[in-house]
Amino acid sequence: MSQQAESPQAKQLEFVTLVAGGQNFCVEITQIREIRRWTPVTILPHSPPHVLGVINLRGAVIPIIDLAVKMGFEKIQPTERHVIIITAIDERIVGLLVESVSEILGVSAEMVRDTPRGPEDPATRAIQGIIPVADDMTKIINLSALLPSPDPVAA
Amino acid sequence: MTSAPSILDTFFEECEDLIVALTEGLTEMREGEADDETVNAVFRSVHSIKGAAGAFSLDELVGFAHKFETVLDELRAHRLKTDDNLLRVLQRAGDVLADLVEAARDNIPANRDQVDPVLNELQSFLGDADDEHEEEFVFEAMALDFGAQPVQAGYRVSFKPNHEFYACGHDPLLILKALCALGPAQITVDCDALPDDFAAYDWEGGYLRWVVEIDDLGNDLGILEIFQFVDDLCELSVTPREDDAEPQDEIAPAPAAPPEIVVVNDPAPTPAPATAPTPDSVPQTAIPKADSKPAKRSATSLRVDPERVDRLINAVGELIINQSVISQRLEKAKLPNSSELFADLDDYKLLAREIQEGVMAIRAQPVKPLFQRMLRIAREAADGTGKDVALLTDGENTEVDKTVVERLADPLTHMIRNAIDHGIESPAQRKAVGKPAQGVLSLTARQRSGSIVIEIADDGAGLNRKRIHEIAIKKGLVAGDAVLSEQEIDQLLFAPGFSTAAEVTNLSGRGVGMDVVKTAITALGGRVAIASMPGKGTTFSITLPLTLAVMDGMIINVGGQTMVVPISSILESIRPNAADLSRIGLNGELLRIRGEYVPIIDLADRLGQPRDGRSMTERVLLLIQTEAVPQCALAVDDIYDQRQVVVKSMLGNYGAIAGISGATILGDGKIALIIDPDAIAQNARPLNYEEEPAHVAAG
Repeated sequence: MSQQAESPQAKQLEFVTLVAGGQNFCVEITQIREIRRWTPVTILPHSPPHVLGVINLRGAVIPIIDLAVKMGFEKIQPTERHVIIITAIDERIVGLLVESVSEILGVSAEMVRDTPRGPEDPATRAIQGIIPVADDMTKIINLSALLPSPDPVAA
Repeated sequence: MTSAPSILDTFFEECEDLIVALTEGLTEMREGEADDETVNAVFRSVHSIKGAAGAFSLDELVGFAHKFETVLDELRAHRLKTDDNLLRVLQRAGDVLADLVEAARDNIPANRDQVDPVLNELQSFLGDADDEHEEEFVFEAMALDFGAQPVQAGYRVSFKPNHEFYACGHDPLLILKALCALGPAQITVDCDALPDDFAAYDWEGGYLRWVVEIDDLGNDLGILEIFQFVDDLCELSVTPREDDAEPQDEIAPAPAAPPEIVVVNDPAPTPAPATAPTPDSVPQTAIPKADSKPAKRSATSLRVDPERVDRLINAVGELIINQSVISQRLEKAKLPNSSELFADLDDYKLLAREIQEGVMAIRAQPVKPLFQRMLRIAREAADGTGKDVALLTDGENTEVDKTVVERLADPLTHMIRNAIDHGIESPAQRKAVGKPAQGVLSLTARQRSGSIVIEIADDGAGLNRKRIHEIAIKKGLVAGDAVLSEQEIDQLLFAPGFSTAAEVTNLSGRGVGMDVVKTAITALGGRVAIASMPGKGTTFSITLPLTLAVMDGMIINVGGQTMVVPISSILESIRPNAADLSRIGLNGELLRIRGEYVPIIDLADRLGQPRDGRSMTERVLLLIQTEAVPQCALAVDDIYDQRQVVVKSMLGNYGAIAGISGATILGDGKIALIIDPDAIAQNARPLNYEEEPAHVAAG
């Protein structure tokens, strides 16, 4: 999250890279609790489209969010092959449905570049920085900004 | 100094226990079952509170406790006669003491109007002689006390801990306190061995010798028991005392070493200030906390952070769910019935249930402290209204979840004040209708199949239904020509805004109506019922779940989703006949039941599910009662089962959802949402959520 701004020295950061809405993204590994296979959810009434429902994670009731919809892409049609990334955002535990998870990416903090500012949409607003990877690049999602704390439902 | 507040907390917790003991003792005394030991116990409680309060400089509390204690001491020495008046004053004093402790805890000034009269009455028993010499009075009383029973022999215990005693972590204070608990004791400390040169001082060195003179002790078994674990770690001599000299004289010949401290003590533990001034109290400084606890009841209870218990309860809840998931999986696995696995699974099931019950029991607390507090309030209310009320309690040992006990205090207070203020008539009125002048208010608790029932019953005039009806009409709560059944009139008491401003007294009617009582109890998952007989009295019964973490729920199906409706709000379930249904407006339907028409709420529709066009006759209606709507019928697709569910909050990870109060996990590991019938009924119009894609741009 904000560590790399505070200590820009050659600090090592680790990210989990994932695909949502056909694009590459990554989330800092410290925010990730575990990665699970998709399981059917219990639908919540009056929920916004990106909230798929809730699941039982060893007794805790965890909301599952379609990351693609949240970022403004097409809805993911979940199957057994899709995965849920269980993340800890501030005090909350939230599951993110993504298309796939690829690898753990270790980079030094100075590799992280600021997001080039241009026209904004829901997807770019939540991008905290970008990391070049070989020929391609991946975008760091700021989960706190994407799913702000007070009331993700806003309904 | 981070520990200071927690020590204070412990003090107040202990005060609660002490006040319970005090109240019990006073009750016994009033019932005439008291012997000297009861008086002593009461005295000890007051004394312990005073001692510990002194350590925290709670002067008001100390002042009052001192006066109280002095009167009790007179009683103990048989210089005061026990009569009704004295007992009444003592009872009041006990109430005031409890109030003062509460005031000190909440850090609010005490109500002098209540304290002072009692203080004066206490003083009136003491006469004028001992008026201002308060501290000396204590000494004097003790001296006379010995004089009163000079025949009983005592023991002299000389006790000098050595280096190993301190090295092993023993505390001489605990030993001294235990000795003091055996009987009236005098402790002298001999500091001769202290090195003059401070540099030569070994902080674990055994320099001090204590001489404890214990009176009224028949044998030395108790003393030896105290020293059982340390007798090889100290120089100890226990000798019977020749009781010919005054105790004071015996101290006098003790070596006149400069820092000599004489502590006159009684069976209660030494108050902290008395030991604190010991300039050489090397290993025994700063333990005011330990001081306030009588040595007697050291290991009777365990204080645990409630959060830890909650975590345990959660984990056990999961264990239960996990167990049913495993059973379901095994059933699907189609193992041969002879498989030993099933027997093992049954054992697992039993063990899991046992653990669950055990863990739940940790949170359970007897309602006794709550009842005692209520008795106090009832006495105050009776005094305030000039009514003569006898209070009966029953089932004080019934156990309820801690949170329930805590949150019941306010509603019960209100109901008790109401019962005394409005329920029980004045002595004159009572005589006029041929009842005994003394009214009876009874407070009972009992357990009834998974719930707790608390009843507040008075033998007063009963509800004045005509008057309630009139008030309700005047306040616009019901139509003027409405014909209401007796039950419906009774329920009007709970209607918001019913609280009758016309009859505000200083007791009840402080702007808090019975609706607040009902809200508080509903919030605990409970219900209130009223039974009233004109001229015979009124009984309010509160039915509460045993614990908040578990709820009785009706498992239902709504549009293919499994959900739970709290049983506490369901009156009955109905499969309607076409003849009983009638349409109103565009989509609304009414159900006729026993001549009344109640609106039907389509739960699926209210939860934003698409209509499936099934008619009401194919569904099940749950007749529910809520705050907002007296009665309405929830249409659901099916009823599956009725069972206890473990309630999980949705707030932490997700947020509030309209119409949903929480979630639970079913035997198959799936989540079922728990319906909040109040919220569903209150939202009179359907929430048309499809129109707006509720995600307000977040981030």
